[in-house]
This record gives sequence, C-alpha cells and structure tokens, in this order.
Amino acid sequence: MPGKLKVKIVAGRHLPVMDRASDLTDAFVEVKFGNTTFKTDVYHKSLNPQWNSEWFKFEVDDEDLQDEPLQITVLDHDTYSANDAIGKVYIDIDPLLYSEAATVISGWFPIYDTIHGIRGEINVVVKVDLFNDLNRFRQSSCGVKFFCTTSIPKCYRAVIIHGFVEELVVNEDPEYQWIDRIRTPRASNEARQRLISLMSGELQRKIGLKVLEMRGNAVVGYLQCFDLEGESGLVVRAIGTACTLDKLSSTAAFLPACNSPSKEMKEIPFNEDPNPNTHSSGPSTPLKNQTYSFSPSKSYSRQSSSSDTDLSLTPKTGMGSGSAGKEGGPFKALLRQQTQSALEQREFPFFTLTAFPPGFLVHVGGVVSARSVKLLDRIHNPDEPETRDAWWAEIRQEIKSHAKALGCHAVVGYSESTSICEEVCILSASGTAAVLNPRFLQDGTVEGCLEQRQEENLPAGCGFCHIPYDELNMPFPAHLTYCYSCRKQKVPDVLFTTIDLPTDATVIGKGCLIQARLCRLKKKAQAEANATAISNLLPFMEYEVHTQLMNKLKLKGMNALFGLRIQITVGENMLMGLASATGVYLTALPTPGGIQIAGKTPNDGSYEQHISHMQKKINDTIAKNKELYEINPPEIPEEIIGSPIPEPRQRSRLLRSQSESSDEVIELDLSHGKKDAFVLEFYSCNTEIMPGINNWTSEIQMFTSVRVSRLSNINLTNQTLNKNFNDLCENLLKSLYFKLRSMIPCCLCHVNFTVSLPEDELIQVTVTAVAITFDKHQAVQTTKTHVEKSLQRASTDNEELLQFPLELCTDSLASHTFSPAKEHLESASSNSGIPAAQRATSVDYSSFADRCNSWIELIKLKAQTIRRGSIKTTVSVEKASPLTEGHFRQRSAPCANSTVGVVKMTPLSFIPGAKITKYLGIINMFFIRETTSLREEGGVSGFLHAFIAEVFAMVRAHVAALGGNAVVSYIMKQCVFMENPNKNQAQCLINVSGDAVIFVRESELEIISPQQPVASCQPACSGGEIAT
Amino acid sequence: MTNELDIFVGNTTLIDEDVYRLWLDGYSVNDAVGLRVRSGILEQTGATAGVLQSDTMDHYRTFHMLERLLHTPPKLLHQLVFQIPPSRQALLIERYYTFDEAFVREVLGKKLSKGTKKDLDDISTKTGVTLKSCRRQFDNFKRVFKVVEEMRGSLAGNIQQHFLLSDRLARDYAAVVFFANNRFETGKKKLQYLTFGDLAFCAELMIQNWTPGAVGEAPPFPSPSLDSQVDDMDVDLDKEFLQDLKELKVLVADKDLLDLHKSLVCTALRGKLSIFPEMEANFKNLSRGLVNIASKLTHTKDVRDLFVDLVEKFIEPCRSDRWLLNDVRLFLNQYSASVHSLDGFRHQALWDRYMVTLRSCLLRMYHD
Repeated sequence: MPGKLKVKIVAGRHLPVMDRASDLTDAFVEVKFGNTTFKTDVYHKSLNPQWNSEWFKFEVDDEDLQDEPLQITVLDHDTYSANDAIGKVYIDIDPLLYSEAATVISGWFPIYDTIHGIRGEINVVVKVDLFNDLNRFRQSSCGVKFFCTTSIPKCYRAVIIHGFVEELVVNEDPEYQWIDRIRTPRASNEARQRLISLMSGELQRKIGLKVLEMRGNAVVGYLQCFDLEGESGLVVRAIGTACTLDKLSSTAAFLPACNSPSKEMKEIPFNEDPNPNTHSSGPSTPLKNQTYSFSPSKSYSRQSSSSDTDLSLTPKTGMGSGSAGKEGGPFKALLRQQTQSALEQREFPFFTLTAFPPGFLVHVGGVVSARSVKLLDRIHNPDEPETRDAWWAEIRQEIKSHAKALGCHAVVGYSESTSICEEVCILSASGTAAVLNPRFLQDGTVEGCLEQRQEENLPAGCGFCHIPYDELNMPFPAHLTYCYSCRKQKVPDVLFTTIDLPTDATVIGKGCLIQARLCRLKKKAQAEANATAISNLLPFMEYEVHTQLMNKLKLKGMNALFGLRIQITVGENMLMGLASATGVYLTALPTPGGIQIAGKTPNDGSYEQHISHMQKKINDTIAKNKELYEINPPEIPEEIIGSPIPEPRQRSRLLRSQSESSDEVIELDLSHGKKDAFVLEFYSCNTEIMPGINNWTSEIQMFTSVRVSRLSNINLTNQTLNKNFNDLCENLLKSLYFKLRSMIPCCLCHVNFTVSLPEDELIQVTVTAVAITFDKHQAVQTTKTHVEKSLQRASTDNEELLQFPLELCTDSLASHTFSPAKEHLESASSNSGIPAAQRATSVDYSSFADRCNSWIELIKLKAQTIRRGSIKTTVSVEKASPLTEGHFRQRSAPCANSTVGVVKMTPLSFIPGAKITKYLGIINMFFIRETTSLREEGGVSGFLHAFIAEVFAMVRAHVAALGGNAVVSYIMKQCVFMENPNKNQAQCLINVSGDAVIFVRESELEIISPQQPVASCQPACSGGEIAT
Repeated sequence: MTNELDIFVGNTTLIDEDVYRLWLDGYSVNDAVGLRVRSGILEQTGATAGVLQSDTMDHYRTFHMLERLLHTPPKLLHQLVFQIPPSRQALLIERYYTFDEAFVREVLGKKLSKGTKKDLDDISTKTGVTLKSCRRQFDNFKRVFKVVEEMRGSLAGNIQQHFLLSDRLARDYAAVVFFANNRFETGKKKLQYLTFGDLAFCAELMIQNWTPGAVGEAPPFPSPSLDSQVDDMDVDLDKEFLQDLKELKVLVADKDLLDLHKSLVCTALRGKLSIFPEMEANFKNLSRGLVNIASKLTHTKDVRDLFVDLVEKFIEPCRSDRWLLNDVRLFLNQYSASVHSLDGFRHQALWDRYMVTLRSCLLRMYHD
C-alpha cells in the first residue's frame, strides 16, 4: 500500500440551474478513485455551494495511482427521481508522484459535461502521500518524468540519451459496443473518455517501466496518439526518447531526482547493454544521397525494400559497398565506429527529439520515411500480441534500413502517424537519418559532454551538412560540392530534414513556411481493392510532393528544408498530401539554381513566347523572394568553387518533364510566390523558431483555426481538386495574417497543418500555431534597411504579386491546351552570384523520372504486402489508467478566488523573454463533445468554436491548479469532427497535450542591462537545450 | 467550394474594437462587412472580402458567446472559458452597457415593461438606432433596474458593484433607474430640448437629497459596503419629505408672507437684474408655481409631471421674458435665501432640502 490519496471538495460556483421551479440547484459531489467512492453532503438551493468537505482518503497502490484518474462528479440531488449529473472533472494525479513536482493540486476546475459543455466550476484540493516501496517487481514506474518537448527541457541537462521507447495498447471502442445502442450518448461518451484516460495512463506507466529498464529517468519528446479504428477498436500508442536528465540547478546526482522507487531500480543489474559490440566491423557507410529533388532516401527505400528485412536484421551486410568515410579522415571513421557500436545494440536507434545538445548531431543524411497500407480487422483476441505491434515494427525496420543506406546509424526527429478511412489504414513514419556523437549515448561518459565537444573541432556551423555517405558510390546523381563554409568536406546541394534548425547552423536571411499540397482522386472501393488502389497512388503522390517542395524551395532562393512533415490523408474517394517545412538558406550549401521551363515544341512561336513570359515571371519571383527573405549570400569567385564540382555532366542535364503534373506544379509554385508577398511582414515557419529572427518580444498568441470545406461540384478532377485544396490553405493563411495583424511585426511559429477527410466531399484543415511578436528595430544589425524598405514597398509589391498568380493560372491553362504535358521543367542550378538563367545547368528530368519509376515499382511491391491483421489487445479495463489530465505543482501563492490567473499556451518549447523554472508534468487530455441541438448552438461553427475554447479553458485550469502559468510544447493531436445536420447533431473529439511549467519573466528575474535581453533571449529562442 | 465551418480560437480571446462596435450597433454580419469594406480596411491590409467576411463572422460568434456573460459582468471576470486581459474585459463591459443618447431620451421615465419593449420598433425608426441595438439597451436598463431595485445602499454604488461599470456610466444608470422607478414624464414635446445629461444631473441631485437615503449625511457615492446606511434607499423619493413639503404652501397661501418674501427679493436684486421689472411683475406667479409643485408631490401623478411643471411654471415664463441664465441664478439664489429672513416661516430646513436641489435643477434646465 504505497500511497494515500487525499481529496477535499471545497466549493462550487456558477453552477447551472437544475431546478426550474426555484431557479436553484441542490448540488453534491461524488469523488471516485478506482472502485472507491465518497460523497459530500447536499448543499441545498445554491448555485455557489460551499461544501468544505472533510478529506476523503483513498489507500491505493502506486500502479493504480499511475493508471487511474481521479473522477469527480457533480450531481443535483433529487428526492423523488434519479439524481441528475451536472458534469465531471477528471484529474490526473501523476504529477503528484514525482518528488520534484507538485505536492498538491488545488484550484478551480471547469465542470465538464459531454452534452452541455462547461457548467460551472468546482474547487478541489488533492494531495498524495507516497510511501517508499522496496518491492522490485512492482509494475509501476512512478518517478519517471515525461516531457512532450522534443528537445532537452530547459532546466535539465542530458546526461545520457538512451534512445527510443514505444508502447501500444488496444481495446474495443465503447462507441461500437453493443451496449451503446441502449445507453445514452452521455454515458457512451463518458465511457470512451474514461477508457482512453485509463489506456493512456497504462501506456505511460508501461513506457516508464521501459525507461527504468534502460536506467533512464525521463522520457523526452513523448508523443501519444489515438487511432480510432472504428469497429476494429481503439489503439493508443506512444513513442518517446528515454533520457537520463539532471536538473541543472541541483548539482546533486540525478538519481535522487526520482522519487522512491526508481532509485532502487537503478541498482538492479540489468543484462542490458553497454558493452559496445563491434560485430559486423567496419564503418561501412552505405551511401545514399539525399539532396536531389525528392528525398533520395525515399527512392532508395524502394530499391532496398525487397531486401528490407535482411538489411535490418543483419545490419551491415547487404548495404556494404561503402568504404569507410574516407573523406572524413580517420577521425570521422572512428567517430562513426563508436556511434555505430553505441547504436548497434538498440533495436531502433531512433530519437523523437528535434533539437539536440550541442555536439550531439554530427552529420545529417536526409529525410527517411516509410508508409504502408493496412486493412483493419476486428480485434478478436485483445490479449494476444500481434498485428499492430508487428505493423509498426515493420515500418521501423524499413526506416532503419533507409538510414543505413544513407550512411547513418540513427534517425532523429522521428515521428509516426496514421490515417484511417473505414477499414483502410495508412501507417507512416519519418525522420532524419543522422550520425550522432556517441558520447551522449553511453553510460560512463556522464561528465563533461559539453567540454568534449570542443575537442572535436568540427567546423563551426556546417558540420551537420557534410554528407555522411560515400560520394563515390552514390546510387543516383546528386551535386556535391565542397562545403561553402569550411571548404573541406562535401555537402549536397539541397538538404531536407525533419528536425529543427541546429542552433549553431549559420543561415543567410530569414526562413519561410513552404508547403506542398496535393489531391488525388481515387475510385471508391472496398477492402483490398481499395487498399491496392491507395498503394498504387502513394508513390505518385510522394514523388509529386517532393517535386513541389523542391520547386518551391528554389522559387524562394533557398537550399534547405527543416521540420519537414508530410501528411498523407485517405478519404472515401480521394487522397490528400500536405507537406510543410521551413525553408532556409544554409551558408554551407551552394546557392540553389533557378527554375527553367523549356518547351517541347520549340517551333511554335506563340508557345515559345508564352514560355519565355513564364520564365521571366519565375525569375522575377525568385529575385523578389530573395529580397523579401534577405537572402544575399556573399559572392564567391567562380574558380574557388569551380574545381570541386566533380563531373560537369551532372550539372548540365536537361530536365524533361513527362509527368502530367508538371504544369500544375508550376501553377502552384507561382501562386505560392504571390501569397508570400501578401504576407509581407508576416513571417511564418513550422519549426520552433524562425531562422533569421532572434529578437522576440514577449507577446504570444497561440491559436487553433479549423476550416471544413465542401467540394461543390460533381465532376471533380484532380486539377480542380488541387486548386480547391490550395485555395483552402492559402485563404486560411491569409485569414490568419489578417486576424493577427495587430501583432505585426510578428511571426507565426510552429505552424502545424492537419488535413482530414471526414466525409465524401468534406475537407477539414486544422491549424495550430503561435504568433510571436519581435522587435523589428533591434533585428537590425544585418537587416535594418531592408525591413524598412520592405515596409514601404509593401503595397506595391502586393498588387503586382497578387496579379501574378492569376495570370499564371490562366497561362498554364492555356499552355495546357496547346501542348498538354509538353512543358519542361528545367532545374537550373547556378553558381552563386551568377544569374541563374545564364548559368542554368539543368538536369535530365527523364532520368529523374526513371529513377522515380523504379522506386514506384518498389513502392507498389511494398504496398501489396497488405495483410489482414488481427490485432493484439493488451488492455484490461479493470486496470484503469489515468486520463492524463494535468500535473500539479504546489502553487506558491494560492491565487485568490477573485481573478483568474493568466496561463500562456504555446506549441514551442520556450516562452520568449522568460525563463522556465520548473516542469510540472505533462498534460494529456481527451475530450468528447456532442450535441443534439446543433442549430441552437450556432451551427457547426458555433459548436466547434465553443468546444475548442472550452478545451483551452480546461487545459489552463489544470495547469493553474498545478501551480503553473504556462503550457509549452502544446499540441492538438486530434480534432475529429462529425456532423449530421439533418438530425441537428454533431460530435467532436479532441486530444491535446503539452508540458505544464512555471516561467518567470526575465525582466522580473533580475534587473537586466539594456542589451542583455536580446542576448539572453537568443539561447532560449534558438531552442538551445541548455539555458542556464 | 464553400466553407461549412470556419473558426479561429485564440488562447487569448481576440477582440476587435471596431467589429465590437458594429456588433453593438446591431449590424448584421453582412452589413458589418460592408461597412468595414467602406472603411478602407481591404486597401490597408491587402485582405480580400472573403477574409473579411470570415473574420467578421468569427468576432460575431465570439461576441455572441460573450453576451451571456456580459449580462452578469462579475461572471465575465471569473469565468475560465475566455482568457481576456482585464483591460479588455473592462472595455467589453463598458461598451456593452453604453447607450445611445437618442435612445435613452425615448425611454427615460417609461416603465421598463414588455409594453415599452413593443414600442422599440417605433423608437428604432425614430432614432435611427437599429432595433437590435435598441433591444440590447433596453434589456440592459431592465436588467440593471431589476438587480438594484430592491437593494439598500447607494444606487450608483450598487450598480457599479454588480455591473462593474465606470463611475460615470454607473451614475447614468442610476439616473435611468431612478427615472424609470418614479416614471417621470420626459417625452412631452416641450421637454424635448432637455438632454439626457440635464435629466441625469437632476436625477443625481434628487437621489442625493430627496430620497430616504439622503437623510443621514451619506456621501454622494458611498463605498459599496452598506453597513453604514442600513436604511439607505435611493430608488424612491422620501415619502415623509414629500408629505412635509405641503407645509411650504404657507409661503404662497399667506399673503403677508408672500408680499414680504417678494419685497425681500426685490430689494436685494434691484439694479442687479436686466429684467427686473418683469421679475417684479411675475414674482408671485413664479413663487406660486414653485411652491405648488412642492406641495403637490404627494400625488404620484404630479411626481411624474415634475419636469413638465418645472418647465411650464418656471422656465417657460422666464424664457418668454428673456431672462438670462445669470438672471435666473441671481433670482433663485435670492429667492431661496430670503426665506430664511421670513420670521413667520418655520420650515427652513425643509425649504433648503427642497430648494437647493430645485435651484440646481432649474439652472441646469434653463437653456434653449
């Protein structure tokens, strides 16, 4: 009996009127934990009852403490009939289980009802007394800290980064149980909320156990998702990165940090690692090149996919061919060897982190991703471990082998997602292949990892760009040049990654959000036919998404993408692809070439004219973008660069477009160009911070915006569909800029787009982001004049550019008519400083296409391995798990009831101009809201608007009750909206998570000299992990 | 392709003051979009009409959700759903309760009942204030009235406490409540020249001096803590006082007293007034008018006609003789003061309570 949970119900306020006759309510409260229930007295005839109850005490195991949520139900007493429920509050008591975190949860919680929404508030105090438990075979993992933040949390130091942890639990969805036909919607919703709460509590506990086994004490980059598989069940899965963290302020060892149990755990000798196993010798570095157009890793994946399993099982063999990184010299080889051995023993050398301690990331290979299409099947035997785990294991193996092909031993910025439509499910995983510094990965190197990094004397700010693979054995052509920074190592001409821009990376100008958007119609089909159709479409979509990204990147005059996230969504009759990333100009990489269009029928005069017209516009756009984003790389004399370029032929290939999509691509590109000009001073990115802006001021505004569009016409073509989708996204962005105009100059950071296809003709786009103001005038050092100039220029630019896309649309249509699919896209890469047009070296598109085809074949192959799965279920309902609702910290000054304290929310891991002093625990909340009076609640917009506002309110209330004043790394992981206007009904499910923290304004922290705020802001902003 | 659903929810609720004003003014979304387009916002920001439409809808939806809370402003402060900085909360409340001059003049002194609510159509047509806005303002009056009607303590103070209004606005509401409660007639044609400001000024003085609450030395706006003035009721006129006012009748009924009063005033003002002869000729009429008004205030009907009577019996005669404001001031000062020299008159305190207020009211009302 390791714990005693104590709960006190203080008071309620703003309760709804439950008795029409008296316009009052006779409220009482039921407090339930596990199977024990307590009740307060009835407080008669009041909307603001003062219960002031005794302490209700629950004696429980810590396993239950971890799994179960505290459930508080407010009811209206009725003498003659059943008591009416007013609403509920679920409180996750997990935060009370860390010794470092809260000792009390206390505050006003909104009383939530799935049918009526928030109905008043209740004041609750919760405490936990934990006893030390010496039982080593217990099932709980109290004391392991969880962070959603995908970098090392600010007030901690990473002693060891152990690596990947994952877990998955399955259950039947209460919504689809037979009993659902006879119970009320409210009962059904509550059953679902409670089940998910239990499952996520259990999941977290199990992951905690794995972390303890690895001798870690924390999970960073914890990402938990729900798959609502409908009939076939409910899957809750989570991934994260196990770490051993050390609190910065306390010089004491990190172990005591964990409460009671973990300490003992640590001493148990596990048969685990750390003897660096050196099997499969050599630093053979399979070479796969990133760089060109679509991420090569992908194409690689196709080739290798057949032999996938072999590869992954016997890591080094198949890929062979590579000689050790000779260009890197012995050091590099050595490094690789070490890293390799450190990682070798891990099943999956994956890291969900997107930002790293200095020196951790050595080289970046490029994006690796894998997808597979699966058919869902009812879970027959929930306890038999099978399918779902196997599915993911398969995908992870593929990712792992792709990374190896790129000469990398690890995958960073790793994430997984699903898209489900009826019985078809697309599983996706992606990350960035990388070579890591082994020191962080092993035990016994605890000390001085920071100092060590200096010894390594990697060239400042460019090391990560250097290719980790062998240049002589690249599977397909890519342009390698000597690094523009250090001139010693080879770099690719373009770099795609899923991580944040490393802190030490040097960039020129500002970054910008780049999106590729794509729709593909498909026939409605059933089961396997459907799955096959989808698998056939996938490769084309991926290819095109990459082409779009590449072209848009060039149009911006940039050469690298960070934070790349590609989402493929499946619907009844279409597939949608949406890729978002932040483009930047990395100093270390060569200047991107321009884009050239060539006609296939050069004799046609008018056509040529048209082409040249387009060409001019494209060139103008590139020039304008360069100005807008302040990209003005120093000119470098040709000779210096000239020599290292290995084979000129590589640089002078003609890109020949055979893809029907090429004109669409152009259309999209240009419209994109225009939009950005509209934006003007509104910068946006999907990474933590905006490259090139570092003087944030303290105003932040996190928001969620949702749009659902109905596709009107019956004869949809891919083209109209693409245009509709593109317009939807563009308009949404424009609306955001307009709405937030009062914050200008500001930047939208961590822009997170999610697309779903709830019904046949509906497209739902959900955006969550944070707008942060910055000081334009301090920005200056490098950019002052430009900013002002761009301001003045604003209006004119605008108009010009606004017309631009229109013309182009018509243009491209026109061209389409007289020479369908005859346009050529030339990708011209020019050396820096020389006009693109002159120097245009183009690449042979057809070879490109061939490559593509080959990997398309492979994708098909891959995709056809669809299997009917039977799913393992590992959940038992009785073992409840807590609906992770909030983590609580002692509030330093229990705020008076009078005013509501401000709680900031942000998807970023930091708060500009402030220092995070304490992490209080993760917030992970799941809500269902349903209505049968949709019209009365203001239609679908009114309904969802109110619901999202309520979700925010509940998150804030939980954070405040923990004593926190902000949520960082906030994410809305799911927003599933269903409507039935004919029945006047709608239902919505929302899942959000984040880290509750206490922050202190830097200005309050100390009196700071005028320059200091900027300086001190910088490390925080740059996502640096160690902010002291 | 049409947007079925289009929402934006910020962690801090976005409030656009301009859109709020349009919403308060009762414009439909489409009208509001039209007005915003005309304001040139599209040119300034480079937005499109679609963006503006979506933005306006969003704000309207937010305001609609906030409206329920605005009905009981303290709830707005304590609710958890909308995170709004305190300054913005104050602005929302203040603007929501602000009313139009044109509208309030139509409603002032009327019973805040369903009957009046039915007349809002006409008022809307007459004043040019949209019906929606009229309804909101009317409902505000009614809601404030209902809450404070039965309360003890300072009227304006109560309003401020329960509706979190600024000092100025709370006083205006006090006047509205006072007028509605006493049903003073303000709609007659000859009263049209009076502004809401004039009437609110009078109401404030009457609340200070003529209500039961005025009897102790209650400060004009005591703190909301009611302990000190247990019997302070500001909404009704002091019945006892009105009853006592009958005693003043002697000033005009007793011919000697009237003559003496007249001679005292005339002696003092001779040479100081531009319209001395007219004053001298009219003295008895004016005095009779003022005193009769006082003595009739026991009848509800006459209370209602107070302002009509003041205008008919005093302001109009003076105006027709072209008295200047300064003449009126000198006259009223002297007229009130001289009574203290009338030995046979024993109700000096009563007279002062009546005349101090009346004098200020008349002076404020004496304009074109």
